[in-house]
Amino acid sequence: MGAAAAGAVLVLSVVAVLAVVHLLLGDYLYRVYTGTRHSAAERLVYRLVGVRPDAEQPWAVYARALLAFSAVSVLVVYGMQRLQDKLVLGLGRPPVPAHVAWNTAVSFVTNTNWQSYPGETVMGHLVQMAALAVQNFVSAAVGMAVAVALVRGFARRQADTIGNFWVDLVRGTFRVLLPIAFVAALVLVAGGVVQNLASPHEVATLTGGTQAITGGPVASQEAVKELGTNGGGFYNANSAHPFENPSGWTNWLQIVLLLAIPVALPRTFGRMVGQVRQGHAIIAVMAVIALASVLLTNVFEVSGGATVPRAAGAALEGKEIRFGVPGSATFATATTLTSTGAVDSAHDSFTPLGGMMTMLNMMLGEVAPGGAGSGLYGILVLAVITVFVAGLMVGRTPEYLGKKIGSREIKLASLYFLVTPALVLAGTAAAMGNRAGLAAMLNGGPHGLSEILYAFTSAANNNGSAFGGISAGTPWWCVALGLCMAFGRFLPIVFILALAGSLARQAPVPASAGTLPTHRPQFVGMVAGVTVVLVALTFLPALALAPLAEGLS
Amino acid sequence: MAGNVMERLPNTLRRHLAAVRALAVLTVILGGLYPLLVTGIAQVLLPHRAGGSILREDGRDVGSALIGQSFTDRNGRPMRGYFQSRPSAGGYDPLASGASNLGPQDVVDRLPDPRGAGQAARKGRVSLLTQVCARSKAVGELEGVSGARPYCTADGVGAVLKVFPVVGRPTRVVSVNQACPAAPFVTTYQGVKVECGRPGEDYSSGHTVPVRGNAHAVVPPDAVTASGSGLDPHVSVAYAELQAPRVARERGLDVRRVRALIGEHTAGRALGFLGEPRVNVLELNLALDRER
Repeated sequence: MGAAAAGAVLVLSVVAVLAVVHLLLGDYLYRVYTGTRHSAAERLVYRLVGVRPDAEQPWAVYARALLAFSAVSVLVVYGMQRLQDKLVLGLGRPPVPAHVAWNTAVSFVTNTNWQSYPGETVMGHLVQMAALAVQNFVSAAVGMAVAVALVRGFARRQADTIGNFWVDLVRGTFRVLLPIAFVAALVLVAGGVVQNLASPHEVATLTGGTQAITGGPVASQEAVKELGTNGGGFYNANSAHPFENPSGWTNWLQIVLLLAIPVALPRTFGRMVGQVRQGHAIIAVMAVIALASVLLTNVFEVSGGATVPRAAGAALEGKEIRFGVPGSATFATATTLTSTGAVDSAHDSFTPLGGMMTMLNMMLGEVAPGGAGSGLYGILVLAVITVFVAGLMVGRTPEYLGKKIGSREIKLASLYFLVTPALVLAGTAAAMGNRAGLAAMLNGGPHGLSEILYAFTSAANNNGSAFGGISAGTPWWCVALGLCMAFGRFLPIVFILALAGSLARQAPVPASAGTLPTHRPQFVGMVAGVTVVLVALTFLPALALAPLAEGLS
Repeated sequence: MAGNVMERLPNTLRRHLAAVRALAVLTVILGGLYPLLVTGIAQVLLPHRAGGSILREDGRDVGSALIGQSFTDRNGRPMRGYFQSRPSAGGYDPLASGASNLGPQDVVDRLPDPRGAGQAARKGRVSLLTQVCARSKAVGELEGVSGARPYCTADGVGAVLKVFPVVGRPTRVVSVNQACPAAPFVTTYQGVKVECGRPGEDYSSGHTVPVRGNAHAVVPPDAVTASGSGLDPHVSVAYAELQAPRVARERGLDVRRVRALIGEHTAGRALGFLGEPRVNVLELNLALDRER
């Protein structure tokens, strides 16, 4: 089998497995979030936390609980980095500098996992395990909670509440993420991912030199890094590092893990609103966009259309032999279509158009299938905008799943949509307009602009991958990207929860002959179209100056 | 009871106290019990893998099967009796994993300028294209084959012209990566004589024209590109085959024996489609050392 055929089989096998995951995990998530029973262990957790699990919360209370939990998380993750020299398992490393610690704390709490530090020399094992990996779990659980709260808004009638944040957080963590991560971690160890608490250990090499073999609790973090669509690597090289991703099949497993929850949630949505076919329509939109993207990225990378790949004979700069070009291109697509941002190859060295695809995937708002939870609520907002646009065309009050999309709903949906483009474009402009911002570029010309555009796109969309050439460890960059990550995460979440509250209060209107059916291929095409058109209109000028200019030169 | 005290506090404070307690409980379970349990099970069931797949030879650790090494002498020259790994952006130092992160159109060098102001100007900067060309030339010389490549000059730098002005008929053409007094790889471009590059001169306003030439590359792509991790333990089968005659000659081994060893240390695609066929360089070199 040739490399291209193997690459095609890789994609098809991932799709086949995800189809099964969609059904099984989607149904399981439905039971998790709609069940009324609490296990004894969960009841103990609620007692320790001091919350009543059966008390339902209106949207504003739900949002305040979520924000309080996230604020406390930022402070604790920041504090642990600053104090790592005084805690156990610090490996004798000094405290993380204040600006890097703040950036990292925001980054992991917001499910971004942008990294302005190299893990192998900066972070001790305790910070990795008890600060960063904990946020890998809970930031994903928070995203899933928000998605489920929005779905409850559609499903409930004349209700004042949208669920209980603490219950959604605890269930998402203990019933979904922890068991899957536990099994996946052990499978990854079997593949060669390290799992120990050792400090770097010197060996004498064959040529008479020495090499420091690093250790760490890597597999336990790696599993949830992918499953929770986090993406923050234990090591600087992330999933390109042989200790994080040792072989072709661990690469495949990581691709499946990072897509699993986002792909399952549309099924959960369909079950919760009582119309499975509505979930089918949503997963169909995601699939159309994702398949187009993975195909294009593979074509661009395999054909290697740029001077250096042509000189080398393949786009292998920044790629590992054991994954090959298609394995790297498919991973890159999956990690940027979700909010993961793990990388098994250097996106900075991709062909101009291949690199542009990774950026475009994020600019789509990470909705195909998007992050754990954030993908579902993102695409539901796009569905709301689509019925609104369709309603304008035929002059009817738009409705989705029996809920009227009135002025308050469309305002919230529009605000949601506008947050990330505003952050990306304003941030890029700010960086290009001052010396501290420009100093970070490794490459010159349009590729340098790509590096900066990519950084803000990644931060505002909570992806966390990078065109790695950017030196974003300076105070200016740490603060600027930290703000982008925080606003890019929590402003949309507040709008989503407000939308959920407003939808939950409504009584459903019965479907009539004039109601736009939202489960047919026509609607699938419309949502995909609206997604692509909105993004194209927003970002095309910036893309034209950066990767397109580079690719066409 | 704690619950009763909580009820009497203001809402905001109560919420944040619940958040602190929730994070504490979650940290103990997710940040303590979970990784320690995985570590315990992994150390009992899969101690070799969990410990980093360490290779031992004559009772001492010589490296990891998963982490590449460089087989060069103290001056960075290849040791001719060993198979060579891919280029690495971090010199195969596991404490500096990572890629070069240079772009696919990074083709113009900044020539070292001995009279330049500042360290950066004096050192210059080598573009990714020139790195590829220089590696190809060096590998070609080491293996006794042609190191020629498309877009590369015979002296092993990127074949790139800067043409002035950007639009209209060229009036001045510079081979920017070839420092004077080198002879440019082409004598004329559209009727204009091509100049060599002068260190310190700013050519950024010119139009960049990479020139493909008609070279056919013998040296495989992985031999001239740095990996994503800087620790890639593998090379392609083609690159290993290219090195076999040289290694056999240096060690006085039959080249067929060396090829057989390559075959023994070649892994195919898992299940026929996962990953790429590859040769583990450290394991192959260990096997060679055992041949004596």
